[in-house]
Amino acid sequence: MKIREIKNILDAELICGENFLDNEVFTACGSDMMSDVLAYVKEQAVLLSGLVNPQVVRTAEMMDMKCIVFVRGKHPDLDMIELAEERDIVLLGTRLEMFTSCGLLYKNGLKGGSGI
Amino acid sequence: MEPLKLHFDVSGSDFTCAGEASGNIKKALKEIGFSAALTRNVAIAVYEGEINMVIHGGGGQIDVEITPECISIVLADQGPGIPDIALAMQEGYSTAPENVRQLGFGAGMGLPNIKKYTDEMIIESEVGKGTTIRLKVFPQ
Repeated sequence: MKIREIKNILDAELICGENFLDNEVFTACGSDMMSDVLAYVKEQAVLLSGLVNPQVVRTAEMMDMKCIVFVRGKHPDLDMIELAEERDIVLLGTRLEMFTSCGLLYKNGLKGGSGI
Repeated sequence: MEPLKLHFDVSGSDFTCAGEASGNIKKALKEIGFSAALTRNVAIAVYEGEINMVIHGGGGQIDVEITPECISIVLADQGPGIPDIALAMQEGYSTAPENVRQLGFGAGMGLPNIKKYTDEMIIESEVGKGTTIRLKVFPQ
């Protein structure tokens, strides 16, 4: 799935990373707990989160993630956007809740991890 | 070949900057040409250590030595130390305060995760003096 399709499916706002919207991603994870993302997530390219602080971008950076979707209408501040831009990470924002967002993406073909 | 040496001072007061050193180490490993998987594993381990350093240690220093055969990382803080290292190594055990949990950390996965992503991990800690974590990753 292209990141552009994630944006469309979630009716999301593009916050930054327009040049990377046609990049393909295959897997995603959803969490507000960065500790768990670092501990359990493998190879997922998209992070859905309702947590808004710079460590969300840093976590995505360490994990080689390509895109962060902020759910529940959460919006990153300018420092976070700058951090993501420097790391070529796409930021999207949707008003949808976490469960709905994950469900829609899964239904449309994006897969999760294989478990712990 | 001379090892590439990197040094970073980590501030203990600014949580927003935590991860800066780890990001730079990751970038250096990538530029040298280590595999994406190895680079990611080292980055995650150092990032967990750096976060711990900010949350618990009041900041500290990270020193890295890189050769083709070994990536050696030393994370040192002068914080309160770890009274029971075996307990701290248990998954889910955490002493992180509530404000840290609200920032998405403190699930008690940091030290176990560092061990998971490295080949060698030695923790030296003295209560009231600080903690030093020595890590090694062997690329081959």
